[in-house]
Amino acid sequence: MAWVNAIIQGVLTGGLYALFACGLSLMFGVMKVVNLAHGDLAVVAGYIAIGVIAVTHIPVLWSFLIVVPVMALLGYVLQRTIFQGALDRSVLTTLLVTFGLSVVIENGLLQFFTANSRAIGTGLPLVTGSFSLGSQIQIAYLLVVIFAVAVVVLLGLQYFLSASKYGRLIRAVADDKEAAQLAGADYRHVFGIAAALAFGTVALAGIAYGMYSQLSPTTGTDTILLFAFAAVVIGGLGSLWGTLVGGVVLGVAQQIGAQINISDEVLAGYLVFLAVLVLRPQGLTTRRAQS
Amino acid sequence: MTLPAVKGDGEVGGERPDSGTPLLDVRDLVVHHGQLRALDAVSLRVLPGEVYAIIGANGAGKSTLLRTIAGLHHPTAGSVLFDGKDVTRLRPERRARQGIVLVPEGRRLFGSLSVEENLRVGAAYGRPGPWTIERVYQMFGWMQERRSQPTAQLSGGEQQTLAIGRALVANPRVLLLDELSLGLAPVVVQRIYGMLPQIMATGLTVLLVEQDVSQALRVASHIQCLLEGRTTLEGRPADVTADQVEAAYFGLAPAASSGQTGEGSEP
Repeated sequence: MAWVNAIIQGVLTGGLYALFACGLSLMFGVMKVVNLAHGDLAVVAGYIAIGVIAVTHIPVLWSFLIVVPVMALLGYVLQRTIFQGALDRSVLTTLLVTFGLSVVIENGLLQFFTANSRAIGTGLPLVTGSFSLGSQIQIAYLLVVIFAVAVVVLLGLQYFLSASKYGRLIRAVADDKEAAQLAGADYRHVFGIAAALAFGTVALAGIAYGMYSQLSPTTGTDTILLFAFAAVVIGGLGSLWGTLVGGVVLGVAQQIGAQINISDEVLAGYLVFLAVLVLRPQGLTTRRAQS
Repeated sequence: MTLPAVKGDGEVGGERPDSGTPLLDVRDLVVHHGQLRALDAVSLRVLPGEVYAIIGANGAGKSTLLRTIAGLHHPTAGSVLFDGKDVTRLRPERRARQGIVLVPEGRRLFGSLSVEENLRVGAAYGRPGPWTIERVYQMFGWMQERRSQPTAQLSGGEQQTLAIGRALVANPRVLLLDELSLGLAPVVVQRIYGMLPQIMATGLTVLLVEQDVSQALRVASHIQCLLEGRTTLEGRPADVTADQVEAAYFGLAPAASSGQTGEGSEP
């Protein structure tokens, strides 16, 4: 029964990891930006949520209504300014720029908010409550909600990308930005829209993690970014549903590791990550690179 | 830059009617690829309703010329005027929206999009006009039947046709066609060039680049030959001899006495 529990908990945690990962995957898939500040931006979103809740007294669960648009706007602006500037030089420059951004954000947060960790909405019944399955399995409402949010986000992204005008343009630009220009599309603007989408998911990831656990200025790189990377690689680069598969595999591996020895939780996740890199570098859900 | 100055400046050949503003007026274009001078003071004037063909061997600068007109390369010197307005500094997407639409070499379809989605992207920023996705479907029945297929499942000729369709739905004023015949069987090339009259009937102007000289001579109302980035011959297909074309194409010394149409057309 303990194993069943580990698997259930792992699958649900996978929803959280998918939320971490889908924005990273989108940014890489469309503009080939490996955003090393991804996790830090999620922490920023979490801190914004804490601030918004404190100032406006808006219900904790609805804070995303403000934080998501704010982060999406930030994404558009960052893409049109420093990310695009880096892309115009070389893809490698984007690594340096996003790494620099990560350092700046982390130290900025340390400077202004100290190293103390904070949580969002502690004490809320939804955050702390759980229900039982049988006698040994306890499932937190929050994890179920986060998993559902992740699925809704992925469905929404998929619908947007496949059915809307801008979704089509995002895919076209990802395929061949020069050909898209010849069709009259300003790829910089389209990149900005893709970044806004990615940052919207980053905002949800930050809020979700702030409720699930605690945020501190270093959480972005030592947890969110690493788990997001692992989920993306396990699931397959550039595949949206792959991030959910990758997240679930990572989550289950961690829970099974913890079942064997509580100190092996994180290690087990990375062992699976390494195994996928060695045995199936294209990820679980993507086929071998097409010609 | 004023329009009257255009009249009668460098018309040595003289047989082309000089009346009317050229739709596309390229003046002394110089383009470098790094150190290499890919285009060296190339000029051309495309009149409305014309099929203007650029011929030349590999590496003559034909594609560079079209890509510069479309805005994908920045010239070192010279200018591109479209309908009398200087567009030399405009970004490629702005030129496309104004009606300069390039069908690039190698087709460059969007591989993860379906046939119809490719057309929709083509139409997304297009000008209003006679060409719609429906009209393209009427012209090419197979396209409608296979609208939801990925483009990788199309044959080379079908891909080229789709690339042309994607450009047409933007309702271009001047359609730039880069090396349509590349990698296609002669029969297929014939069929694609066979569509040209139908396309021209909607009031388009075409500037095309072609390695296959006989094909170009057959469809064009005006030809211009490039060799190593320079114009070596210019004129109406009826007015140039095979010897002249051969000399201009391969850079041989002009055969015998006939030299008056080529060479001298640069100011």
